[in-house]
Amino acid sequence: MFPRGDQRLEDDRAPTGVGTANTQESTMTSPADLSVVEREPSPEEAQFDDLIAADSRIEPRDWMPDAYRKTLIRQISQHAHSEIIGMQPESNWITRAPSLKRKAILMAKVQDEAGHGLYLYSAAQTLGITRDEMMDQLIEGRARYSSIFNYPTPTWADMGAIGWLVDGAAICNQVPLCRASYGPYGRAMVRICKEESFHQRQGFEILLELMQGSDAQKRMAQDAVDRWYWPALQMFGPPDDQSPNSAQSMAWNIKRFSNDELRQRFVGMLVPQAEVMGVTLPDPNLRWNEERQAYDMSEIDWTEFEEVLAGRGPANAERIRRRREAHEEGAWVREAAAEYARKQAERRLAASGAVA
Amino acid sequence: MSTPGEMGTEAWPLWEVFVRANRGLSHVHVGSLHAPDPDMAVRNARDLYTRRNEGVSIWVVPAEAITTSDPDAKGAFFESPAGKNYRHAVYYTKSEGVKHL
Repeated sequence: MFPRGDQRLEDDRAPTGVGTANTQESTMTSPADLSVVEREPSPEEAQFDDLIAADSRIEPRDWMPDAYRKTLIRQISQHAHSEIIGMQPESNWITRAPSLKRKAILMAKVQDEAGHGLYLYSAAQTLGITRDEMMDQLIEGRARYSSIFNYPTPTWADMGAIGWLVDGAAICNQVPLCRASYGPYGRAMVRICKEESFHQRQGFEILLELMQGSDAQKRMAQDAVDRWYWPALQMFGPPDDQSPNSAQSMAWNIKRFSNDELRQRFVGMLVPQAEVMGVTLPDPNLRWNEERQAYDMSEIDWTEFEEVLAGRGPANAERIRRRREAHEEGAWVREAAAEYARKQAERRLAASGAVA
Repeated sequence: MSTPGEMGTEAWPLWEVFVRANRGLSHVHVGSLHAPDPDMAVRNARDLYTRRNEGVSIWVVPAEAITTSDPDAKGAFFESPAGKNYRHAVYYTKSEGVKHL
């Protein structure tokens, strides 16, 4: 009744034999084999379906379809990688922040991104993938992360635009993820969203202050908004009719709103904020459509999105190179810490032996 | 170094982190992290889980040291309280309208 050893915390640990024990059960999710839909679901499948139907949560040691597990591993690890890679464009400005206050704020923000990456890696690990596997996938260029972080940050105003537009889009995406059906993911998102709101506000404040400054500062702020606006809108992913995985993710209660819905919601929030700030959103066709009760906007240039996603963005190679360098150059620290821990444990053992 | 209860390929063992938000409250599970030894685990926990005054005290526990109930026996294991609503005050309705009861 109280198994030891292999059993893990209900809350956060993955079941043993991940990806092998479950393969046979998960044929139900294969769309090619329609005949299996007809068969009686196994008790585990039925329980999973019931939990999803009741909008309840799936926890690490529950049975789940392989496809559900894989989708989550992919999504959560990509999300974690985005936080970790996302530290780079901003850390670029820590040494050159215009005041001590701004420097301290930027450091706190970059530290938050590291923390968010760690929460998410932990959540992904509960699904049966190791931290090392995920790190290898990232530095070998086999994993994706948000394409937004492949753009360079040439001016201080970029720190403002990233906070306001990039973190703003991220919050819009992430708030519904707090209710994702997979427990550890939802809990990580709750923590992240709490911390993320400071990021957006500080970005807004940077741009607002620049817009109240000299003409050159105003131009710098507007230029940053011009460069980040479209990539930020692309963060919500392809239009609904070209987003094949969305329907399944919504059926599993991982995703709660479609890409276009969230994009529209985001633009609706930006318009009045831009007015307060005095910046122009770089879309000549952006206007309120009374009939649709939504904003009309220009077509998004998805070829650029595809290019950046395919690794041909302005800074893809640089981001991976730096991540790999940091990982490899930090190896001795990890080894030294592990060796120190081993020796300390040995000493403790010897000391307790001597007492006995 | 292997992490007991895990795949054995993690570089550092896994720790579960509990934080006491304020005096008078219990330590509450907030998440987990990897660290080579207990001291580093406490320091990492401080940096990861208390960047905004979330706590006045931290516990870290090796994940391997935790014993859990069997998830497959969920129903059976927790059956005992079911159907025993006489353990709750609301079960007793005859005292309705009587003060201080």
